[in-house]
Amino acid sequence: MRALVGVKRVIDYAVKVRVKGDGSGVETAGVKMSMNPFCEIAVEEAVRLKEKVRKEGCCLGCGIIKEIIAVSIGPAQAQETIRTALAMGADRGMHVKHDDILQPLAIAKLLKAVAEKEKPDMILLGKQAIDDDCNQTGQMLASLMGWPQATFASKVDLAGKDMTVVREIDGGLETLGMKLPAVITTDLRLNEPRYATLPNIMKAKKKQIDATDPAQLGVDVSSKLQTLKVVEPPTRQAGGLVANVQELMAKLKEKSLI
Amino acid sequence: LLRGRRLFSVSVSHIQQELPGHVVKSLVGLLGADRLSFGSAIREQHGRDESYHADADGIFPPQAVIFPSSTDEVSEIVRICNHARIPIIASGACTSLEGHIAALRGGLALNMRDMNKILEVNQDDMDVRVQAGVTRIQLNEHLRDTGLFFPIDPGADASIGGMLSTRASGTNAVRYGTMRENALGLQAVMADGSIISTGSRARKSSTGYDLTRLLIGSEGTLGIITEATIKLHGQPEAISAAVCEFNTLEDSVNATICIIQSGIPVARIELLDEKTCAAIKTHSKLELEAKPTLFFEFHGSKNSVEEQAVRAGEICKDYGGSHFKWAESAEERTTLWKARHQAYYSIIAQRPGCKGMPTDACVPISRLTECIEETESDLASCGLIGSILGHVGDGNFHCILVLDPNNKDEIHAAHLFSERLAIRAIRMGGTCSGEHGVGYGKLKYMEEEHGSAAIHVMRGIKNALDPMGILNPGKMGS
Repeated sequence: MRALVGVKRVIDYAVKVRVKGDGSGVETAGVKMSMNPFCEIAVEEAVRLKEKVRKEGCCLGCGIIKEIIAVSIGPAQAQETIRTALAMGADRGMHVKHDDILQPLAIAKLLKAVAEKEKPDMILLGKQAIDDDCNQTGQMLASLMGWPQATFASKVDLAGKDMTVVREIDGGLETLGMKLPAVITTDLRLNEPRYATLPNIMKAKKKQIDATDPAQLGVDVSSKLQTLKVVEPPTRQAGGLVANVQELMAKLKEKSLI
Repeated sequence: LLRGRRLFSVSVSHIQQELPGHVVKSLVGLLGADRLSFGSAIREQHGRDESYHADADGIFPPQAVIFPSSTDEVSEIVRICNHARIPIIASGACTSLEGHIAALRGGLALNMRDMNKILEVNQDDMDVRVQAGVTRIQLNEHLRDTGLFFPIDPGADASIGGMLSTRASGTNAVRYGTMRENALGLQAVMADGSIISTGSRARKSSTGYDLTRLLIGSEGTLGIITEATIKLHGQPEAISAAVCEFNTLEDSVNATICIIQSGIPVARIELLDEKTCAAIKTHSKLELEAKPTLFFEFHGSKNSVEEQAVRAGEICKDYGGSHFKWAESAEERTTLWKARHQAYYSIIAQRPGCKGMPTDACVPISRLTECIEETESDLASCGLIGSILGHVGDGNFHCILVLDPNNKDEIHAAHLFSERLAIRAIRMGGTCSGEHGVGYGKLKYMEEEHGSAAIHVMRGIKNALDPMGILNPGKMGS
């Protein structure tokens, strides 16, 4: 069985994001970029499924994940993100080259095109990216593919083609059963991703990454959305000190707060 | 009790005064008014660390706090203060444990939190150059996809500069060393404002006095560290963890000695005494027997960590160890070590409303059993509540006393106990502080530990490098 894992290159979560002077977007020049944390969890889950099933000595037809393909859509530097996935245990990579920011629907269409080529039995994605927080790609992809979707997964069990997934929902936990092929989006508590180790980083340099682009995949990625402006939240104003409760009450009344 | 013990006294009067007007003017001219703070809350925050000394002796706040953002600014600030003889106390995360940052003679606190850039990661050389205000967790997050990590993990998320100044250590010193072994070179501002570079990125050098190691552990009394080049280590390919109970403390220490001598490159080996385990069992409701327990961690290749765990298990068995369990997956390891991670809180929970006072002693491992046993009987005879946690691979242990902050007699008894512990460790060929450093809390043991001749040399160095006595005065070297 084959797993396709989507990984997105985003601004590192530890960075203080700044808006560009012209309000057209956020500053990415010279800023540390990393794999989206939820994508890390997706890669880790795929690697564990590959390791786990091999350990239990499952035979053919029992659902061995034999191959993990890491796919990323983005500029040339997205290859670094794919290399990280390879260092974590993915077998090969696919880079869909495109320089502009793409909306989830475009990403979903591109992933569908990649999936039609690679024919995976499952697609794992992070539930959302920490830059746009959209939480749409997985759901749209499942719909385009006509596949079942298991979003916000906090536990995944595989037995042959039968998959049981526990999802985190508002009221608690929901358990779903479905047959592969399916789309899974990962939530925080699914696993703790491993660190890439030096030997694995070195091995990853030798793994194959194929390149393509939207035109070659036959996908129209023109956006129906236009970003008008991006602004930082207003800076916090210094507070005023008041001498006593009377002054506080007066100030509150003055500002029509009470 | 102590030969030639200096009575500790500080004149408080000048601390109430403001910094001289011309100094303030120069500093504001240099950095602007918003990076120099006179607010009493900020001043107190920067005069107080995580030790219990503030409770006993009161806080010694600086007269002002300044936040430089470059080495040049630090150099200018020091020049101004040296000229005006204003004390300077450098600080990072303010998490020291022996009153290191208390402004005993007032002065200016120089906080490095804005000097927090990671300047250069050199993957091939496995080193990194950082500004002194970078914290260890910040550094490791930055490195997480490089396959490298910075292994030293004291309890707090301390700054690299602070860790260097106190020669900090972590739970895996037995394998990866302390700050002393992991610093390649520094950039520091000396008392006259001059900026020096020490060491090199070469892994070894046989040239010159080792200024790097002189500054490391000098607690801000010889120079202010502004940048450092630190060694990194490869993320372990695989990690396994293990736990084992023993019938006696001596058995657990002897098992440790044997494991180390067998050449097993154990990464962490922690001891929890039976009282600690009993506290954890009560508080965290974990399945733990009230017996001395060792917690292990092994790093290496997949085969190696299994081999190490199995061999360690066999050795433990030879020393009467039982219920040896080991695990490899991240979740199972976390479960095995949960007791160790909960230890401090479980110890404190024994007496709600009370505070923990940690102590720190380090002796040659062959004397460790004796030292801990004497400490435990001392504890019992003075009726104090305490539990013992040890980095047993280094011969280092912490006896954590649980004290009622309002009970003056108890606090006094605790101080005397702590004094006896320090002397006990020194007399067994060890040190009164393995990790926590001297600050002002342990100044009184320095002569006992080092001897007056060595102390004389230390004072000579201090006078040569800081003739005006402005760098963290009243502490080491004064």
